[in-house]
Amino acid sequence: MLLYALRRLIYLIPVAFGVSLLVFALVHLAPGDPISAIVPPDAPKEVVDKLKEYYGFDQPLPVQYLRWLGVTLTGDLGTSIGTGRSVAAEVGSAFGNTIILAIAATSLAFTLAVILGTAAAYAKSRVVDRLVTMISLIGVSVPHFWLAIVLVIIFAVELGVLPPMGIGPENSTGWTFDRAHLAHMVLPTIALSVIPLGVVTRTVRSTVKETLSMEFVTALQAKGMRDSRILFHVLKNAAPTCLAVMGLQAGNLIGGSILIETVFAWPGTGFLLNSAIFRRDLPILQGTTLVLAGFFMLLNLTVDIIQTMVDPRIKRG
Amino acid sequence: MALQSPSLDVGGAILVKPTPTSAGRGYWQSVGRRLRRDPVTLICAAILILLVLASIAAPYLYLADPYKTSMLRRLYPLGSPNHWLGTDELGRDMFARLIYGGRLSLFMGVTPVVCALLIGGSLGILAGFVGGKTNMAIMRIMDVFYAFPSVLLAISLSGAMGAGTENTLLSLTLVFIPPICRVSESVTTQVRGFDFVDAAKASGASAFTIVRVHVLGNVLGPILVYATSLISVAIILAAGLSFLGLGVKPPEPEWGLMLNTLRQAIYVNPVLAALPGVMIFITSICFNLMSDGLRAAMDVKA
Repeated sequence: MLLYALRRLIYLIPVAFGVSLLVFALVHLAPGDPISAIVPPDAPKEVVDKLKEYYGFDQPLPVQYLRWLGVTLTGDLGTSIGTGRSVAAEVGSAFGNTIILAIAATSLAFTLAVILGTAAAYAKSRVVDRLVTMISLIGVSVPHFWLAIVLVIIFAVELGVLPPMGIGPENSTGWTFDRAHLAHMVLPTIALSVIPLGVVTRTVRSTVKETLSMEFVTALQAKGMRDSRILFHVLKNAAPTCLAVMGLQAGNLIGGSILIETVFAWPGTGFLLNSAIFRRDLPILQGTTLVLAGFFMLLNLTVDIIQTMVDPRIKRG
Repeated sequence: MALQSPSLDVGGAILVKPTPTSAGRGYWQSVGRRLRRDPVTLICAAILILLVLASIAAPYLYLADPYKTSMLRRLYPLGSPNHWLGTDELGRDMFARLIYGGRLSLFMGVTPVVCALLIGGSLGILAGFVGGKTNMAIMRIMDVFYAFPSVLLAISLSGAMGAGTENTLLSLTLVFIPPICRVSESVTTQVRGFDFVDAAKASGASAFTIVRVHVLGNVLGPILVYATSLISVAIILAAGLSFLGLGVKPPEPEWGLMLNTLRQAIYVNPVLAALPGVMIFITSICFNLMSDGLRAAMDVKA
């Protein structure tokens, strides 16, 4: 087990190397040279050259990359062009806000998905099965940023029961556990949970259904085991597949919350990324992308390891 | 991984059942027969064909000018005379803009998947058929792209390259190549293990012939079914990029962009502000249902 985890970790190194190359390339994909984002277009050439030298943009690309990698590995992601604060601090505080929203949304989505999916797989009546299939279809088809707007229209504009945007009252930028902050979370959580709800419900339904048709279930029934105990065995067997999909969805939700955070002006990584793009704040763009990709990789690794722990049949070479 | 993607994840492995290539026509005929008996798929296909035809024929449909602004006629409600779906924040006719919007929205959803299908499919088949070091090299590069949540990858790439239709198409294509490549690789590897491939090899068929006749005939179905399931994701993602201001530039009519510019109107005319999203929703649900129908008809096990 430990050996497997270690091997997976080592395997991550070349991938992480590739990721760092791609993130580094982001700055050079930008039209014009990176300096043009900081200086006014009519700046004298000497100033531009000085800045280029200062930031090391006059060096050949491989040198620039190695330098950037060296600095990044020490945890220094550079300085934001827009605010002058360190990128690590900016991304760090935003990341916390994103995670809180992600935890709320995944809990909601996964709980509902397991209940609905299992119910549909067990359902004798076609109505329940159809209904659940429809819910999951809507979940994967609805443009979630549009759903966010619709939720704002219904609950904030028309009914006026929930706040339309922000993380808390009066320019609050951090999250604390109180009524006002919880009320601000309701709509973004719902909007963010529809996609994982749709995808995971689909998976749970098909996996549980498949498990139910296996011979061991018939054997347990013949043996006279109570249905609730059989359900436990079925869920345990369906767990590895479902966990894999859940892990992917959780990671994608964090990357995909950009649109929802923008609609609700939620001060998370997505909101930060979006505003960085429009200020041409390339260090923030780079830093946020790197942190999110790193988190996504670690999450996938964790899910993989949990999966092998849950399912001893999985032997990985 | 999905787009949040939404769901780009290759959940379980796709199992390939060999279809006898000599009886190829019989297979496709039975697929067609099954599709014709599936009312849901037929209705979805009809809606999509209608949307595509309407957006192609938009200039000839006697619609109002989708670019003509009017300060006097801003945000007319639904059911107004001459503007039966109202007008937007600049007084442009909503019905005309929604129909014209389909041109870019559909184009930007379908094109990246088609491009990714060609590139990712070829790479995946190559990796699966050749195997060995080639497979390693291609699949390890794909792993790097898999380390990013797909929405993040799309947004970071378009964000760095700047707004614009071409950049959006490029970044979306890049996002869809890895999942298609992975699926193609896994089905090709399975097919390569079948006896008929060995038989063809033994009979002296060239690698090209084996791929063309024996491999493509068996892997194209599953790959196509998977690709169609990505179209709805692509449409939502393309609209999302425009919604963020990273895709189509104003004043072009595009559903995601319209949704963004109409956001200021939610306090004045909320129903109007939600309309472009309804179009995206309908399109994406139809593509999803059609993909499901196709999967069932082609008997591809997901």
